[in-house]
Amino acid sequence: MIEKGQVVHVARLARLELSEQELERMARELSGILEHVDKLSELDLEGVEPTLHVVALQNVLRPDEPHASLPPEKALESAPDPAEGAFRVPSPQA
Amino acid sequence: MGELLELTASEAIERIRKRELSDDEYFEAYREAAAGDPLNAYLWLAPENHEQGNREGPLAGAPVAVKDIFCTEGVLTTAGSRILEGYRPPYTATAVRRLSGQGARLLGKTNMDEFAMGSSNENSGYGAVLNPWDPGRVPGGSSGGSAAAVAGQMAPWAIGTDTGGSIRQPAALCGIVGMKPTYGAVSRYGMIAFASSLDQCGPLTRDVTDAALLLSALEGRDPHDSTSVGIEGGIKLSGREDLKGLRFGIPRELAVDAEGIEAGVQEVFDRTVALIEGLGGEVDECELPHSPHGISAYYVLAPAEASANLARYDGVRYGIREPSEDLVGMYERTRAEGFGDEVKRRIMLGTYALSSGFYDAYYGQAQRVRTRIAEDFDAAFERFDFVITPTSPSVAFELGARTDDPLAMYMSDYCTVPMPLAGIPAISIPAGLAEPDGGGPELPVGFQIAGPAFSESGILDAAYALERAIGFDAVPERVSR
Repeated sequence: MIEKGQVVHVARLARLELSEQELERMARELSGILEHVDKLSELDLEGVEPTLHVVALQNVLRPDEPHASLPPEKALESAPDPAEGAFRVPSPQA
Repeated sequence: MGELLELTASEAIERIRKRELSDDEYFEAYREAAAGDPLNAYLWLAPENHEQGNREGPLAGAPVAVKDIFCTEGVLTTAGSRILEGYRPPYTATAVRRLSGQGARLLGKTNMDEFAMGSSNENSGYGAVLNPWDPGRVPGGSSGGSAAAVAGQMAPWAIGTDTGGSIRQPAALCGIVGMKPTYGAVSRYGMIAFASSLDQCGPLTRDVTDAALLLSALEGRDPHDSTSVGIEGGIKLSGREDLKGLRFGIPRELAVDAEGIEAGVQEVFDRTVALIEGLGGEVDECELPHSPHGISAYYVLAPAEASANLARYDGVRYGIREPSEDLVGMYERTRAEGFGDEVKRRIMLGTYALSSGFYDAYYGQAQRVRTRIAEDFDAAFERFDFVITPTSPSVAFELGARTDDPLAMYMSDYCTVPMPLAGIPAISIPAGLAEPDGGGPELPVGFQIAGPAFSESGILDAAYALERAIGFDAVPERVSR
């Protein structure tokens, strides 16, 4: 079971504002899913290597050649609030 | 015009090459069909005289529908999410670039479950997609727009992405061919990330020949995606019409003993198995003991990766922004406003699974299950060339039937989730029609063939022979002209 307090904590970590109603529903739904997922803990997988990546690849290298990157004006084209060649945001200290 | 839309892409390309068909006329016929879209399959449609690049190449003249998860320079790209409303990317995904470089023309961008999270297309921020066989039912998801467009004769073929079944399941529910290639076969550059260790691009087509042609255009190493390796030797369809000498394993856990497989689906599956034997293939039962844990492992791994990948949608660089006096408040409100319920649920689930104290119990354990699932397949492929299952436990379900029960929705992917966890390729081909449990008009049933990593050509060969034996030629009533 996952408590509403935990949901509040996780929502903060995820930078997600949830309404009171959403918090309650989320606690219920996550509990249901986790109950199912918890069956994994019954498997004895001591010593089994975790799979991080399915294709055996190591150190994929490329020649270190200079190339053009995205021009700043293009990178800013979709920004909600571009200003002076940068992305303007509200103050983190407000 | 009706007849034009019945051609497979390969047939049309051949006619265009012989100058029996004008590529403009062909494109316009599809543009017109798609403009009347009764299924909400498209989110963006190419305007008339839309500027198109190369007119040469193996795909010359073929219009292609592209799932809205692929970035297309200057062309609306939303991944089915309101958070990216109005977004026009500054660059084009490699997969799309490869297609246009070989002569294909972008027809439109297709609707999808938001950020590819869903099995019914009801999670789109732009409205559900309807199934061309029955508009009261779902087309499957998350590549439901692509599947509905191809099955509904609004595109000759399309591309989609598959993370846990998102190409194969909608292909099955719409009665078309869908293939998830080996992880690494196709570049993920410019494909909006959901779960990076699982996501893979692949074709949705009318037949196996088209799937082979489209995949051969898509695959290849890309310097922009260091996990892409391509398919050595490319894709070759031999055109063999029998299955002599090939061994097919039916995993007990995903077929014989699986719970929740509809009677009609089972019947079509059994009939198809008999056809394999008739073509000279050997069929026997096998075991994939850890595959029943696939859904659990998937619903830890995919949300965990998604929670990290979706951190970038914060109202700073693109998409919508909800104003707030402080920065964190702006993040939280923008994400609350822009994301839909299922995406929020998965971000929460993934953040929880990765949070301090839970990481190893969830993410670590799921990765170890993933290893076991891959080892199970390795063992099966020592005895068998392919593993076969029903693609989806059920035919297309009714709109709204599973929206209140996330777990029931997740179980739609029961037979398709183990393959991406193991990184291996699999195809779904239409195998027949069946009544849903509880009765009603018949709907398409998909048959899945999976093989070892990079066995795409072998899978396509087997699927080609089987496709001919099945002779599936049904089309939705509403599109038969």
